[in-house]
Amino acid sequence: MTRALVNVPKTAKRGDVIDVRAMIAHPMETGYRMGPNGVPIPRDIITRFECLYDGEIVFAAEFFPAMSANPFISFSTVATASGTLTFRWTDDAGKVETATAEIAVS
Amino acid sequence: MRPLLPSRRSVVGGLAATAMLGAPALRAQAPPRVVVIGGGFAGASLAQALRREDAGIAVTLVEPKASYIACPLSNYVIAGLRDIEAQRFGYERLPGNGITVVPQAAVDVDAARRQVRLADGGTLDYDRLVVAPGIALNFDALPGYDAAAAELMPHAWQAGEQTLLLRRQLEAMEDGGLVVISAPASPFRCPPGPYERASLIAHYLKTHKPRSKLIILDAKDSFSKQRLFEAAWKALYPGLIEWVSLSFGGKVIEVDPKTRTLVTELGSHEAAVANVIPPQRAGVIAARIGVADATGWCPIDPVTFESKLVPGIHVVGDAAIGGAMPKSAFTANAHAKACATALAALLRGRAPGEPKLVNVCYSLVAPGYGISIAGVYSPKNGLLADVEGAGGTSPLDAPASVRAEEAAFGEAWFETITTEAFG
Repeated sequence: MTRALVNVPKTAKRGDVIDVRAMIAHPMETGYRMGPNGVPIPRDIITRFECLYDGEIVFAAEFFPAMSANPFISFSTVATASGTLTFRWTDDAGKVETATAEIAVS
Repeated sequence: MRPLLPSRRSVVGGLAATAMLGAPALRAQAPPRVVVIGGGFAGASLAQALRREDAGIAVTLVEPKASYIACPLSNYVIAGLRDIEAQRFGYERLPGNGITVVPQAAVDVDAARRQVRLADGGTLDYDRLVVAPGIALNFDALPGYDAAAAELMPHAWQAGEQTLLLRRQLEAMEDGGLVVISAPASPFRCPPGPYERASLIAHYLKTHKPRSKLIILDAKDSFSKQRLFEAAWKALYPGLIEWVSLSFGGKVIEVDPKTRTLVTELGSHEAAVANVIPPQRAGVIAARIGVADATGWCPIDPVTFESKLVPGIHVVGDAAIGGAMPKSAFTANAHAKACATALAALLRGRAPGEPKLVNVCYSLVAPGYGISIAGVYSPKNGLLADVEGAGGTSPLDAPASVRAEEAAFGEAWFETITTEAFG
């Protein structure tokens, strides 16, 4: 199982700007490297990252081969309402990893 | 006419130099003077090595503390395997080897006049100065952490009262408690140290508080002797030690000493015992006298250990930018011997030869279970570089007898190195 870690404040006041951090364990294999026997290692990267706040996209990014392994994303958003932040990472094969975090907004 | 001025100045300079030529001859009877600031492994070993190299050199060691508490093996003290008094060394045997010991703090250096100023207002003149200040903890680099916080979340990275404090906290902790060690990014003193410490604390917990857990929060993605440590942890302390790498949110960005909380980029950990090993830089006098650069460490010539920033001042030990060489007591001893040879040559008008240096770091992962890493280094492109193909680590699969031998080698090495430094 791929390991994903997210960090969202548990509580915030409505209108606060909150810092959100997300990391996924992934090799981000570029496809340009040779394996031990001179055989190219197939490309395997995450191509898209999305963060949804109660179902609405608040942050999204396209990833490319130059991104490091275990990509770490940090961004900010505005705490609008209590709810769920859903994080989605999609890879070359279309496989999706998700993680969620709850936030209570007062 | 202005372009002529520099040449006129050089004529005057030339005359002055000619007049000065007599000065060394006049002082031919007076021995060359070397002042060493700092009585740790680097400074004390250098003073001793220099007297062995050339007994005609007057060597003065400036160190305010009456005794030195050694860091190597201090993790044994934390685990309750050794008395701290076995780590304490005095300077009383140095005068017998012809070294003048000045029990004062050096507060400043006038590099132009080649003079050290002492805390009591006295001064010491030198022909060559050696600065061996060790490390200072860089509190600025970790929000929430300072000298007061270290009383609650000890660093124990300069051995002494801090070592005992961490020991007492572990003893007072209830079974089932969480111990957290935070390890800094490189460079720092003793690269395998945090992991040896984790191993020996795990040994204590397994023996006395088996429901407890230990987490290492690391600002790095790999560490010294990693495969050996991880194999030993799996075999000796299964499930007890968790290592969190930089990529998995291991970097501690803030601490709260009141709640013993360590905040990382991806979460926070509330510890029963928190050992915060903060980022470090060269000992404070290095920056004051201008031998430390923006990194906080001291750039040196790898042949003579002379500062690249202030001529006439040599820097050895942890404070120096050692290139590929790790900051260790072994390295400090190697620096000291190589620098002593270079100083003897420089003071007698000979060209210093290119040194080859060795470092070995022994780590204990349990009583009678030692592992080691060794390297050989030589000057290359202005730094001490790894000699390819030399050195290595203990084998990954070795019988228990090899581990027991390495544990004994580590303790024998400590005897040797402390004898070389303190007599």
